[in-house]
Amino acid sequence: MTTMILHLFLQHYWWIIVSLLGSLLVFLMFVQGGQSMIYSLPKSDLQKTMIVNAMGRKWEFTFTTLVTFGGAFFASFPLFYATSFGGAYWVWIAILFSFTIQAIAYEFRSKPDNIFGQKTFDVFLFLNGSLGPFLIGAAVATFFTGSQFSLNRMNQVQWATAWYGLEALLNIRNLALGFTVLFLARINGLLYIINTIDDEDLIKESGKKLILNSIPFLLFFLFFVISLLFSKGFAADPATGIVTVEKFKYLHNFVQMPLVLIIFLTGVVGVLYGIGISVLRNSEKGIWFSGAGTVLAVFSLFLVAGFNGTSFYPSSYDLQSSLTIRNASSSLFTLKTMMYVSFIIPFVFAYIWYAWKAINNTKITENEMKSDGHVY
Amino acid sequence: MIENVDLVLVNWSRAQFALTAMYHWLFVPLTLGLSFILAIMETIYVRTGNEEWKRLTRFWMTLFGINFAIGIATGIILEFEFGTNWSNYSWFVGDIFGAPLAVEGILAFFLESTFVAVMFFGWNKVSKKFHLTSTWLVAIGASLSALWILVANAWMQNPVGMIFNPETARNEMVSFWAVLFNPVAVDKFLHTISSGFLLGSMFVLGISSWFLIRKREELMARRSILIAGVFGLLSSLMVAYTGDASTRTISKVQPVKFASMEALFEGKSNAGLVAVGVLKDTDKKIGERVVKEFAFKIEIPGLLSVLTGGDKDAYVQGITDHVLGNEKRGIMSVSEKMQKGQFAKDVLMDYKRARMINDKEQLKSIKGIFRDKEFHDKYFRYFGYSSIDKPEDVIPNVPVSFYSFHLMVILGFLFIMIFATALYFLFKGSLSDNRWFLWIALLSIPLPYVASELGWILTEMGRQPWIIQDLMPVSAAVSQINSGSVITTFILFAVLFTALLISEISIMVKQVKTGPRH
Ligand code: HDD
Ligand code: HEM
Ligand code: HEM
Repeated sequence: MTTMILHLFLQHYWWIIVSLLGSLLVFLMFVQGGQSMIYSLPKSDLQKTMIVNAMGRKWEFTFTTLVTFGGAFFASFPLFYATSFGGAYWVWIAILFSFTIQAIAYEFRSKPDNIFGQKTFDVFLFLNGSLGPFLIGAAVATFFTGSQFSLNRMNQVQWATAWYGLEALLNIRNLALGFTVLFLARINGLLYIINTIDDEDLIKESGKKLILNSIPFLLFFLFFVISLLFSKGFAADPATGIVTVEKFKYLHNFVQMPLVLIIFLTGVVGVLYGIGISVLRNSEKGIWFSGAGTVLAVFSLFLVAGFNGTSFYPSSYDLQSSLTIRNASSSLFTLKTMMYVSFIIPFVFAYIWYAWKAINNTKITENEMKSDGHVY
Repeated sequence: MIENVDLVLVNWSRAQFALTAMYHWLFVPLTLGLSFILAIMETIYVRTGNEEWKRLTRFWMTLFGINFAIGIATGIILEFEFGTNWSNYSWFVGDIFGAPLAVEGILAFFLESTFVAVMFFGWNKVSKKFHLTSTWLVAIGASLSALWILVANAWMQNPVGMIFNPETARNEMVSFWAVLFNPVAVDKFLHTISSGFLLGSMFVLGISSWFLIRKREELMARRSILIAGVFGLLSSLMVAYTGDASTRTISKVQPVKFASMEALFEGKSNAGLVAVGVLKDTDKKIGERVVKEFAFKIEIPGLLSVLTGGDKDAYVQGITDHVLGNEKRGIMSVSEKMQKGQFAKDVLMDYKRARMINDKEQLKSIKGIFRDKEFHDKYFRYFGYSSIDKPEDVIPNVPVSFYSFHLMVILGFLFIMIFATALYFLFKGSLSDNRWFLWIALLSIPLPYVASELGWILTEMGRQPWIIQDLMPVSAAVSQINSGSVITTFILFAVLFTALLISEISIMVKQVKTGPRH
């Protein structure tokens, strides 16, 4: 009995870790948000270079967080990894593709003899910047709206549509979360620019763009959240594992887990406050609030998807194939071993923090862009 | 396991994995090797305070950055491909295999990507010591990431430290240390990182030789050759040593791979070591597979027996022994393994039936059987043979294994000679007089890449038809998607990666021609 409780505890523990990585990823996609504006925001080549360099010094963190998010999911909930990646093939391939072209774009764009020219690599940055957050948002929305798959008795996945995941883009709620994440990334990108680049013109322009992006963000976000609260959800009976459709499931989850609700509301307030002080008070500290707010809000959405007897990867095609943190997880032994490994995470945060501070303590300036340092 | 195997799907999925892995591997070894060379150079700079060493470090660092980015770009595809294209595999072993991948992200990738940023952008922002530490941490991070992914790969060659859980139909880890200290993992890690060091050294040696040929930047070139020569010689010796260790381990854990590396169809005593050979078909067959023999060979008599068994009379097992069995030598035939595997599978099916009628007694007792060590060692370890059609299907492509192995070894010895010669001329002060050698060094840059790719081809194709040795054939591992999708993504990746490679080479060449900044 105690081993069952321990296993249950670890399944929750790992869902928390995965959720944390996922929410950090959404915050760090401010890099993508910035990339999506390289054509619309800067007024001169120099401004563009500054934006690219501000984002370029951070792209690897976002990227590595995505990789680790995938790795941690594989280790802790391998059935999800197998089912989702092996079934919703095209969505994931599109996401990967957009990150592959990003990884070389920074390093290659301004190097002489890069064959394809700076224009091509800038298009790569733009594509990754727009498609990356949008597709990741839409893919995560299927945690709530469900996908079309079934598992056989060997737990092997069979996708029920010939679209292999692309059908998710026909669902308006998935699209709404996709756009929410995209506009959130752009908002965070603007706030980050305001915080790190020393250029008055650019900061003013970013402030204007901030308002423009906040409106669609709020509309999509509200649509998604309201439809979530009123939608049916996928409940898994803790005793039997049988999955049923429950009305207002996610609303119930928020009510039954008040702490999660508080985290969610705090997060939303944080994002709004971050936007607010930047617009109203010309503060450059907005990114701190909106960044923290993003992490909290996304984190709580993940918890609502997986906790309280909910199926986090529901199948709308074959209800009983739906995945829960219990039936999709690794063995007790693996989760325990991985828990020890996860104790290292705070140290990782500590050195990342330290190293960030060391290179971020001076702002990006015109002079630096013209120096002989490592400039993208 | 899978009712009907779609061979087109399997083959395109294999092709896609091979393509992306081999592209990734074009960039990884240079990251592994060059990062240490940078760290050594920068250490000298910090110790001596000589600005020339800093300039030199920064020159190689630019080349490093270009290569590093594309290494990352290709890596992410591989990581997720286990899910997208090998989802059945990912579930069957995710409990074990996922862990090293996650550890790699947490422990190694963050280390690399955090400090690489300091390395590139920190020159005028952090202290010299902090910068140097960062450079070392990048190098250590790269090797650490190699460690974890190789542990995962080694487990596929020699699965250890797990038991099968019939309830979830997958293997579950019972010993992390057994997985980590798998003998194959130890050999593989040491051999792979030292081959990366070697490749990085050849890269530096070759490019520096070009500067000497052009009579440009001669001081920088000589200093670089000093570092690359010493580091390269030591690593190439280590490559040979660890390669030998790998060979010995394989002869124990993957005897069929071993026999096909040596193209040894018939086992024998007093077996010679073939140094160079050319294969041809004979009219003999094992089942439907044609037996090969040497059309030509240079052989050291008895040496293979000595190396593997300790003396000349030692019997070296051949492919035939393993396929048809050899009672006298106590080698089980494949048909017998197929029966044992089928038995294990029948027990699993009994479990699934019991689950359907919810027969608690039966479920419990079968679970017990799978926990039983004897059942595991006698039956379950042959589980994968239940999906094998014909005994001869367990033979990998022999010419591929043979040629890739032998070419790699020959190149390995060539590299030892090149590094030794470079150091000899350097210390005699006659490097620039021996232009023929400078040309050889320059033209040798691609050779370690060839050797390195051959090593992976041997490792991966030599274990066919298995994705996990004896437990799961490749055909059972594949995701059930339509082959058209895989063909499309194969083409997409082929075009994209090739374009990126061309761009990378062009940028590199330009940067080299431009030379270090003043
Ligand atoms: C022996 C070394 C080695 C081997 C066999 C592999 N890799 Fe690799 N990988 C590295 C050594 C490495 C590296 C040296 O750490 C890289 C290359 C360049 C770089 O920037 O990091 C890297 C980058 C890299 C990245 C990007 C990491 C980041 O975000 O910084 C991913 C996701 C992978 N790899 C995944 C894989 C997978 C799934 C492999 C197996 C199929 C694989 N690698 C084989
Ligand atoms: C980067 C170095 C690597 C290279 C160059 C490489 C090379 C290859 C090649 C050539 C194949 C195709 C074999 C065939 O189709 O016959 C292959 C397949 C495969 N390799 Fe690797 N490999 C590498 C690393 C790894 C690692 C580290 C793993 C596991 C952790 C791995 C797992 C696989 C899998 C799952 C397949 C597909 C199944 C198969 O066709 O055998 N590879 N690899
Ligand atoms: C000098 C003699 C060499 C010997 C005896 C040797 C031996 C081997 C063996 C037996 C394997 C297969 C390991 C397996 O299947 O698990 C292997 C793999 C490999 N070799 Fe070599 N090798 C030599 C030289 C080289 C050189 C010069 C390079 C590259 C510069 C190289 C790079 C590799 C790589 C990358 C692999 C795949 C990783 C692995 O499986 O360890 N080897 N080698």
